[in-house]
Amino acid sequence: MTAKQKILYFLYLHRTGLTVTLLSTAIFCWPLVTSNPYTLGLTNLIALHVVVVLGLNLFIGYAGQISLGHAAFYGLGAYGSAIATVNFGINPWLAMLLVAFLVALVALVIGIPVLRLAGHYLAMATLGLNFVLHTILLQWDEVTGGPSGFYGIPYLAIGDFEFYDEFRLHYLLWGFALLSLLLCLNLVRSGVGRGLAALAGDETAAAALGVNTRNAKIKVFVLSAVLASLAGSLFAHTYSFVSPDSFNIFVSTDMVIMVVIGGMGSIWGSLLGAALITMLPEWMDLFETYKDFVHGGILVLVLMFLPQGLVTGLFDLVRTRLALRRGQDAAA
Amino acid sequence: MNPFQDFLQFTFSGLTGGAIYALIALGFCVVNNTMGIVNFVQVDFVTLGGMLMFSALFAIGLPTVPGLLLAVAGVALIAMLVERVGLRPARSNHHLVLIFLTVGLSIILRGIIKLVWGKNRMALPPLTSDTPVNLLGASVLPQALWILLLTVIAIALLTWFFYRTPLGLAMRAVASNPTAAAVVGIPAGRVRLTSYAIAGSLGGLAGVLVTPITTLNYDVGVLLGLKGFAAAILGGFGSFPGAILGGLGLGLLESLSAGYLSSAYKDVVAFVVLLLVLFIRPKGLLGK
Repeated sequence: MTAKQKILYFLYLHRTGLTVTLLSTAIFCWPLVTSNPYTLGLTNLIALHVVVVLGLNLFIGYAGQISLGHAAFYGLGAYGSAIATVNFGINPWLAMLLVAFLVALVALVIGIPVLRLAGHYLAMATLGLNFVLHTILLQWDEVTGGPSGFYGIPYLAIGDFEFYDEFRLHYLLWGFALLSLLLCLNLVRSGVGRGLAALAGDETAAAALGVNTRNAKIKVFVLSAVLASLAGSLFAHTYSFVSPDSFNIFVSTDMVIMVVIGGMGSIWGSLLGAALITMLPEWMDLFETYKDFVHGGILVLVLMFLPQGLVTGLFDLVRTRLALRRGQDAAA
Repeated sequence: MNPFQDFLQFTFSGLTGGAIYALIALGFCVVNNTMGIVNFVQVDFVTLGGMLMFSALFAIGLPTVPGLLLAVAGVALIAMLVERVGLRPARSNHHLVLIFLTVGLSIILRGIIKLVWGKNRMALPPLTSDTPVNLLGASVLPQALWILLLTVIAIALLTWFFYRTPLGLAMRAVASNPTAAAVVGIPAGRVRLTSYAIAGSLGGLAGVLVTPITTLNYDVGVLLGLKGFAAAILGGFGSFPGAILGGLGLGLLESLSAGYLSSAYKDVVAFVVLLLVLFIRPKGLLGK
């Protein structure tokens, strides 16, 4: 091997680790580049979405099931943290774990009966859950504050260090996002993850190879619900205000759009999808009027022409081009 | 009012709502049987029905009956367009991709509806006068009777189509075994197109009939559509008698619970039922 080949091989071998390191460095330096609180607030929102979308992507891409109600878990996390910290005075960190645990139980209760069925019943069950939750949030106003929302949620703090401005929140939220990213990247490469990948390819074949497909699906569902709940708790502590409309079924659809655009089953795609859809309103002035066209149009176009999503789809296109050119060179 | 009259009143309103859910549920089942997917666009067919009726009556100035026919035919046409332009060109026939496509198309359609008819709530007049009729002591709106009558007619037409026409036979063949149907040369495209036309006209009819009772705005179909789906699951997804039974059952449950328990959570009943059915008897009342 020549030196150049050695370097290339090293880069190829450690591509995931290197990308993660690069991304972490970029995120670490980002507040030094821009100190505009508005921009930081926007990237913080991306971080929150990344956590939800990573979980949802594992579920859609690897368990091959649809959840159209992830905003319900997101909302349960947010309202759970809000109620636990304000009404019961529980420590925010403890509340976050407690709520995540409860949400995991909810996901188990829904997942165990519904995921044993073939077909896409879970899509409707989660959609129903989301609708029920949204109605409860609106109607049960003595606990949830009703349509006007829930105020006065405390900021997260480590000792006396409070996370209250965009600059500090940036490190907190992106810390969580990067941890979730690492978790997902490692999970996909573990034995469990290989089983999941088999499940995504062909359920019958996976079962024949000894993957407990039903359990695997339920586990991923619970994991994705827990991630959504954690993101919800963070949401509540970030804005110290929550209202029902942040967690309605259209928010769930937006999450699904983020997953599909990045690519179902593509971990890196989740980052891209979350970032793209969160940033879209910033790039278009007339966005409010044409929001549905843009969201729906992107979803339909991606599904029609690049069903694997932007990241995997474009990578594949480039790879095919390169292979074709190499073939031509060899022939010449 | 004595308790019996109350009960009768709730039953009538339940049957009316149930008939609407049944129409929507049938639309879901038709598409599911030919393509094996949940068609989320069904939700917008309902809204479109009401909107087209509104335009036919007030923009064109048609009388009620031609207006109704035009609205239903219009939704059927749009549904066929959705299938031909929005779903057929997909490069993948993976179920996830197709279902997400219907989600995307539904978002686009809702955007178009918002753009054409605006976001304001509108009122659609009932088919005939709105003086209540007294029936066994319960007062019933004539619109409710129209809903029941037209639902029965629609179901009769559907039965005739599926059991007396060659295309209906082809569709039943595809529903029972798509591969075998393809082997004997049944044109898959035409069957899919027809199933969308039927789903569209059923959804459109539901929209025309229900919007005089509710109000008309761009997302009126979302909630109705989801309840229609819950009804389809309750009856057994894919079964036509199940869809009708599930729709009526759900409508009755909803109006009785609103009448005797609380009306604040009326809209939740459908989804609680949906979740319970999935837990206890996922194949539904009449599912195979």
